[in-house]
Amino acid sequence: MIFEGKIWVFGDNIDTDAIVAARYLSTYDPAELAEHLMEDIKPDFSGLVSSGDIIVAGNNFGCGSSREHAPLAIKGAGVSCVIARSFARIFFRNAINIGLPILECSDDLSHLQSGEDRLQVNLDEGLITHLQTGDAYKSAPFPPFMQEIISRGGLVEYVMLRIENEK
Amino acid sequence: MRNSNNSTMVEKILAAHADKEKVAPGDLVNARVDLALGNDITAPVAIREFMRFGLDRVFDPDKIVLVPDHFTPNKDIASAEQAAALRNFAKQYAIKNYFEVGRMGIEHALLPEQGLVWPGMVIIGADSHTCTYGALGAFSTGVGSTDLAAAMALGEAWFKVPPTMRFEYEGKLPPYVGGKDLILYTIGQIGVDGARYRAMEFVGSAVDNLSMDGRLTMANMAVEAGGKCGYIQPDEITLEYLKGRVVGDYTAVYSDQDAGYEKIYKFDVSDLEPQIAFPPSPDNVRPVSEASGIDIQQVVIGSCTNGRIEDLRLAASVIKNKRVHPEVRLLIIPATQDIYRQAMEEGLLKIFIEAEAAVSTPTCGPCLGGHMGILARGEKALATTNRNFVGRMGHPESEVYLCNPAVAAASAVTGTIVDPKEAI
Ligand code: SF4
Repeated sequence: MIFEGKIWVFGDNIDTDAIVAARYLSTYDPAELAEHLMEDIKPDFSGLVSSGDIIVAGNNFGCGSSREHAPLAIKGAGVSCVIARSFARIFFRNAINIGLPILECSDDLSHLQSGEDRLQVNLDEGLITHLQTGDAYKSAPFPPFMQEIISRGGLVEYVMLRIENEK
Repeated sequence: MRNSNNSTMVEKILAAHADKEKVAPGDLVNARVDLALGNDITAPVAIREFMRFGLDRVFDPDKIVLVPDHFTPNKDIASAEQAAALRNFAKQYAIKNYFEVGRMGIEHALLPEQGLVWPGMVIIGADSHTCTYGALGAFSTGVGSTDLAAAMALGEAWFKVPPTMRFEYEGKLPPYVGGKDLILYTIGQIGVDGARYRAMEFVGSAVDNLSMDGRLTMANMAVEAGGKCGYIQPDEITLEYLKGRVVGDYTAVYSDQDAGYEKIYKFDVSDLEPQIAFPPSPDNVRPVSEASGIDIQQVVIGSCTNGRIEDLRLAASVIKNKRVHPEVRLLIIPATQDIYRQAMEEGLLKIFIEAEAAVSTPTCGPCLGGHMGILARGEKALATTNRNFVGRMGHPESEVYLCNPAVAAASAVTGTIVDPKEAI
């Protein structure tokens, strides 16, 4: 899978309350949740972000509660991929399980410009390329079965396909 | 790669279950699951997802365990519906290990007791304290309901191989200091995210001398330090515990001599005092001498952390021939039906009831603020449970202090937090 998009840069320890605040958890609908994405730390964000964009963040992205609503809100906004130096454990699990592509990259990307810089992400090879400068960054690629989970749209869909194939 | 002898226990177990020679921290693997666990809160969601698969069978009905323990005996209509969802699913899919009220117990006390856990297994549970089974040399960790649904269908789960931290405890523990104090002390030292995403390996002479019950307590609270799992490698005590419970063969797995640890902590614990976690976080830990005098209205002895027979024996030895303070409610909740029966046969229940404690059938109950002992505004509880977050046992303005069973029993008598060695 290859994505290209403009990026939005966030810092360290972006918690799940920042991603989507607890007061909006009465819905499970990705599109509705997306309207409140990052609202408390970047109030205009849901108007700025567009389909295909990439979120770039620092350490421990998605820390805090175990709410699956956080990756759902990001997916609902059409974000194609999240790149962070590290993810909180449950966010990492939830993101994969709902089919949101995520990538851990130990390189420091915090100097990149929100809304201007564009990246290309090759999920199969774990390769990140800056489309304007050509700079390349490396991350660990996902093994094939996990790429399959992501590309099917999540764990439930992946299991369904496996069951279909075994019939 | 074949001859490299530098893997930890967890790396070896995951490699074996993913059909790989070797795995390294950070690797993503798809592993076979030997046991998948759900309870009356998490399993109904997993069952709903599972139904979307349209399967007429689970991957293996003997490898799924369903335990209605959180809100049972059903506390209200909603919880009755959730318990019913579990019961019906277990019946429909011939799940052997479904434990009904009257036979059940708190899941993490029940599974080892019933011989469902042994060294070298991979166990997932839709409950964060699934890490408890590391005490028996298994790899076990908490997952979400979606993971449980997928595991019930395929018998597999994906894992990111965790880096391992090693914790060495040397020295002979003083009286009234046990596994609970070791783990509280550790969490106090490293913080609630000190072992985030890590496997925690517990070793050293103090651990070698711990009983199985004390070890289960330690592994249970690995998650309170952010750990993915906590484990103790099998030894004589482990094998003794497994004898008569586990039928069939198993192979114990051990870390290599030169296993790669991300970090090694060494603690001398020969002078360790009983530890108290102050509200509102399990890492807000101080020795009991700095907590003495704090008045409490409720004491809870129970939960998957400290509701086992040894905990009850210890509490009974402290409270024997004494009375609960007139302004304190002491709730004692044996963690399983077997423990309850054993406590009855050993005369422990008599001691508790004569001391004017309330003794309940097994349930999680107050541990998660579910039922059976909810706190009012401004009340303080001292509990042998594992979490003391804001509102965990009731009103958001109530408070929970965590401790071991001896401190809990002694403090129930004095009405204030006290070191058992001073109360006796
Ligand atoms: S006793 Fe408490 S911590 Fe243990 S499973 Fe029940 S609610 Fe969770």
